[in-house]
Amino acid sequence: MNAVELSRVNKWYGDFHVLRDVDLTVARGERIVICGPSGSGKSTLIRCINRLEEHQAGRIAVEGTELTGDARSVEAVRRRVGMVFQQFNLFPHLTILENCTLALTQVKRMPKAEAEEIAMAYLTRVRIPDQARKFPGQLSGGQQQRVAIARALSLSPEIMLFDEPTSALDMEMVKEVLDIMVELAGEGMTMLCVTHEMGFARQVADRVIFMDAGQIVEAAPPADFFTNPQHERTRTFLGQVLH
Amino acid sequence: MTDMTQPTPVFVRTAPTPARAAPLAERRPLWHLLFGDMVSATMTLIGLLGLAWMLPHLLSWAVINGVWTGGGDECRQAGACWAFLAQKYPQILFGIYPPAEHWRPIAVCTLILGLGLWSLPPRNWTKLTLGLWVGGMLGSLVLMGGGVLGLKSVPTSAWGGLPVTLLLTVWSLGLGFPLAVLLALGRRASLPVPRYLSIGIIELIRGLPLLSLLFIASILLPIMLPDGVSIDKLARALAAMVLVSAAYIAEVLRGGLQAIPKGQTEAAEALGLNWAQTTRLIVLPQAIAKVIPPLTSTIIVMVKNTSLVLVVGLFDLLSAGRAALADPDWPAPFAETYLLIALIYFTICFSISRYARWLETRMSKGNRR
Repeated sequence: MNAVELSRVNKWYGDFHVLRDVDLTVARGERIVICGPSGSGKSTLIRCINRLEEHQAGRIAVEGTELTGDARSVEAVRRRVGMVFQQFNLFPHLTILENCTLALTQVKRMPKAEAEEIAMAYLTRVRIPDQARKFPGQLSGGQQQRVAIARALSLSPEIMLFDEPTSALDMEMVKEVLDIMVELAGEGMTMLCVTHEMGFARQVADRVIFMDAGQIVEAAPPADFFTNPQHERTRTFLGQVLH
Repeated sequence: MTDMTQPTPVFVRTAPTPARAAPLAERRPLWHLLFGDMVSATMTLIGLLGLAWMLPHLLSWAVINGVWTGGGDECRQAGACWAFLAQKYPQILFGIYPPAEHWRPIAVCTLILGLGLWSLPPRNWTKLTLGLWVGGMLGSLVLMGGGVLGLKSVPTSAWGGLPVTLLLTVWSLGLGFPLAVLLALGRRASLPVPRYLSIGIIELIRGLPLLSLLFIASILLPIMLPDGVSIDKLARALAAMVLVSAAYIAEVLRGGLQAIPKGQTEAAEALGLNWAQTTRLIVLPQAIAKVIPPLTSTIIVMVKNTSLVLVVGLFDLLSAGRAALADPDWPAPFAETYLLIALIYFTICFSISRYARWLETRMSKGNRR
């Protein structure tokens, strides 16, 4: 079974046709990097996968569960999909540890002690166990984003979505977040990652997808994608992001 | 970048400049502030003259000619009649509640004060505390009303003074706040029925003066109810006050809800939290923390609004004070009584205000963004 299947997915914001007949199949353990100019629909695409956005036509299935209007299908999908946002979106009124245990105790009904143990394990993995009792506002952007990754991982998702995880970070903090993501990729996590970090794409992606105007223009392994892009639009875009 | 010819820099700093000492706060002497220029000097002089003119009168009224002991006859001079307060304070504080039973309103006031103090530190905001409040407030009604456990029955028409003010405040806020949360959430709902229902209720109630709502509750409601069904007058007044506090607090909360970034709910949803969990654990705590200052104002207004129940014949602190003045043995010392009542209201409201300030600073310390 495939991790994610999208067939002929369409979405409109009012009159704006943001996704046009998108077809995409992601195998388990596959790492996908999605790039493209802003407004091309790449964020919308991955936000449809855990139903933060609703698609209006076509079919989206995650691990065999089709996303429909049924709340249970959404619940089932979100249980298996973790997400990391551009703006981290940590809960500022909760401590780092509470950010990570919240869903475990509330959604998975896990006892607090057990949840804290799991959360601490993931905070250790992203190398900030010593900040557990602080509040998000007391951490740097890079640290916050690593907490956000730990928070998503705490629920042991099978698929991770990254929506421009390093775009809101200062230059010197990008690496610490990318390092964690590279590690995660090395462990066989299925990943869909919207990013402009082409170095990251080269290093870990199985496939790089270029989107423009709501369509997937080109999808290829990084070796082909960067050295031999097939489409004029891809070449133009690569010319802009690679110097 | 571009190929322009760069001008040769004239000066390039090679070492950082040494750090300067932190600037000292500029303190202007008080003298300077009061008489620094012509306008200040004039204002200061006018102020001083005004004080010099009024203060002797006030002092001679309150202290020099003030009557501290004795009865009504001693008070028929020019001075302040503090003896009246010394003798009548039970009536001002507890209205026409039977004097032999005064320990009951005293116990109720102590209970509310104690619960209030207990609830101040946020670490005590637990389910236990909520349970204590619910139990305490129901217990207060039993204690005031009696008729059970060998307590003498006292009808609500005989309740009065400070306990009525405190009970109305706590009950109207306690019932009004959950209702306000529902109204505020309803107003932002995407479904049309709850949205327009909430907007309708909020706008209707905010559009009516509390006085008219109290009259509706005390005069119109009994007419509308079928024969034989009657609701206690105090309960009717309370219902009006609950609606008013709910409508105003709902609008305050709406402001807080709007200030929560969309990313917060998205993150909660992505983690699998459902709408109720997201609202209760993520949205509301942040929204309430953001609106502490306007919420405090609304609460303080509601405390003082309780004094309006006197128009429908209930005895809150203010009307109990007025009733105490009616004693023909005394020369009706209005000013003294009102000063005492004002002092009590001020103590309550100022405490709430200071506490809210403290809470606001504390909240913002933890979660700076």
